[in-house]
Amino acid sequence: MYRYSEFDTAFVRERAAQFRAQVARRLDGSLTEDEFKPLRLMNGLYLQLHAYMLRVAIPYGTLSGAQMRQLAMIARRWDKGYGHFTTRQNVQFNWPRLEDVPDMLGALADVGMHAIQTSGNTIRNVTADHFAGAAADEIADPRPYAELLRQWSTDHPEFQFLPRKFKIAVTGAEADRAVIRAHDIGLQLVERDGARGFRVLIGGGLGRTPMIGKVVRAFLPEADLLPYVEAIVSVYNLLGRRDNKYKARIKITVHETGIDEMRRRIEARFAEIRPEFTGIDREILAGIAAQFAPPDWVARDPAPFHAARAADPVFRAWADTNVAPHRRDDHAIVSVSLKTPGATPGDATAAQMEILADLAAAHAYDELRISHEQNVVLPHVPRAALPKLHAALKAAGLGAANIGLVSDIIACPGMDYCALATARSIPVAQEIATRFEALRLEHEIGPLKIKISGCINACGHHHVGHIGILGLDRAGVENYQITLGGSGAEDAVIGTRSGPGFAYDEIVPAIERLLLAYLALREGPDETFLMAWRRVGLAPFKAALYGPHDTAERADAA
Amino acid sequence: MPRAFTPKVVTANALREGDAVWLTPEDDWSRDIARAELIEDEAVAQDRLLFAQAQADRVVGVYLAEAAPGPDGPEPVHFREAFRTRGPSNRAHGKQARR
Repeated sequence: MYRYSEFDTAFVRERAAQFRAQVARRLDGSLTEDEFKPLRLMNGLYLQLHAYMLRVAIPYGTLSGAQMRQLAMIARRWDKGYGHFTTRQNVQFNWPRLEDVPDMLGALADVGMHAIQTSGNTIRNVTADHFAGAAADEIADPRPYAELLRQWSTDHPEFQFLPRKFKIAVTGAEADRAVIRAHDIGLQLVERDGARGFRVLIGGGLGRTPMIGKVVRAFLPEADLLPYVEAIVSVYNLLGRRDNKYKARIKITVHETGIDEMRRRIEARFAEIRPEFTGIDREILAGIAAQFAPPDWVARDPAPFHAARAADPVFRAWADTNVAPHRRDDHAIVSVSLKTPGATPGDATAAQMEILADLAAAHAYDELRISHEQNVVLPHVPRAALPKLHAALKAAGLGAANIGLVSDIIACPGMDYCALATARSIPVAQEIATRFEALRLEHEIGPLKIKISGCINACGHHHVGHIGILGLDRAGVENYQITLGGSGAEDAVIGTRSGPGFAYDEIVPAIERLLLAYLALREGPDETFLMAWRRVGLAPFKAALYGPHDTAERADAA
Repeated sequence: MPRAFTPKVVTANALREGDAVWLTPEDDWSRDIARAELIEDEAVAQDRLLFAQAQADRVVGVYLAEAAPGPDGPEPVHFREAFRTRGPSNRAHGKQARR
């Protein structure tokens, strides 16, 4: 794992000290709110419905045990004893007092963390495949590149006032677990003729105008990464619209300019700046890469895993859903579900964070990840340790065997917390999860991604959910639109709107009708919801949602 | 034709804690909407809004929100404003925790 250099440490401490002085000046009246707001946003501090919210960056979703313990300490000391993990692999504290935030930033700096550029029109936290460095199917660990991008983008003087926020995601595998096609820049490590490089996509994004990213370079030599990314952001910085906030993201720039013209401009800018990158970036990358060396693997006979799997059906159900193949046969990747039915998706209490840190130390080489799906991942677990790990998770209320199933729902904070939201997300997720737990249909339904956003900004990725739910305000009442058939994986596609929305108390029954219809029409248990959707299309699902007679009438009203 | 004015309260978030507050008839800020001043005249509403905006040492993000008279005082009209009087629905935090 990357350890802060003296430079990193000095930088985050200085920023925390600056913010302490800025808060003091705000409180004594020397700074107006208009002057203070951009300063607090640069340090991840938002003002939400009921309180301030501090968004802390977790670069590429990677945490050490010590960092997780510190998040628990912060949650307990300055918040209300829990944190909320987000779809950008960040953590949010929902209840800080303004004057405590400098201390919180200081406590983060103590463990090599910060909240810099988690807001504002800057390059945001660089996200990565949460299985990076562990996955059986990747070319190489993408995190050294993500860390290089973090260092390059942090306080980059050219990119502090972009037309709009800018999000980069990186993966080292063909299977896309990082939603790279819905990012401003998506990077996929690829190999060509034995050389390593990147497939580079630009212009993906969700929100008001969802777009799937387009390939701007099919193969970029790995050594050209930084100058090429700088060229992309530089072209966007000049071309991107500043007259209309809703047309300011690079997806609109690409859409309006055309990918061919964007490519021409980016390549021209790249040719111009490439000579300025004389190799220091390569030296820095080499230093970073050395810190991402795999742990000293402990070879252990996986027999206890096989024995437990054969003997214990609860363990078997968990192992079959929450455990993924590791690059080593005798290890596994464990996804710890933060989606126990009825719980708030992505929330972890301070006690749970501490238990996860302890379990990472005991069984997983002291490393944890946060997934964009709002779960915690222990990336390297010897298979022999899985039964003990499962027992400990179960005892801590973290044993839900539901990864990738109906109750593993992404939900943004919605109107329970967020000042931008138009409707609630969390209780809808809670009710869907508890309903399908009561029906005992979760495993029967199989792989399914439900994603819920409480407004059009789509933090809950609803456009790329197999079932997406978007909460809106319709004439002063919460109303929920359904989209179907989206995907955020390597086959990324924006979902199709089903028709008119549903009231708050109608949305869970609507989802139930939808999934019962799927079970009735699928060709067998191997045909997932998404596969069935792709085979049969909208009509049968629309009939299930609106009724055979009601469909035409309600569609007209849409 | 301009829309008829509907009753309003002046609301904001407290500078230090960030929680929702409402302007009272006594020129103070209350954490309880029932103690808010219900404004039934548009000119008065604009005047009270300007007064509130000048209190940047105490509050942030001042705006007028629709409200209706209730037995104990003003009540929220829109569901967003109703959530601001209570707190989140997934945890007993915020104002509902203090009751």
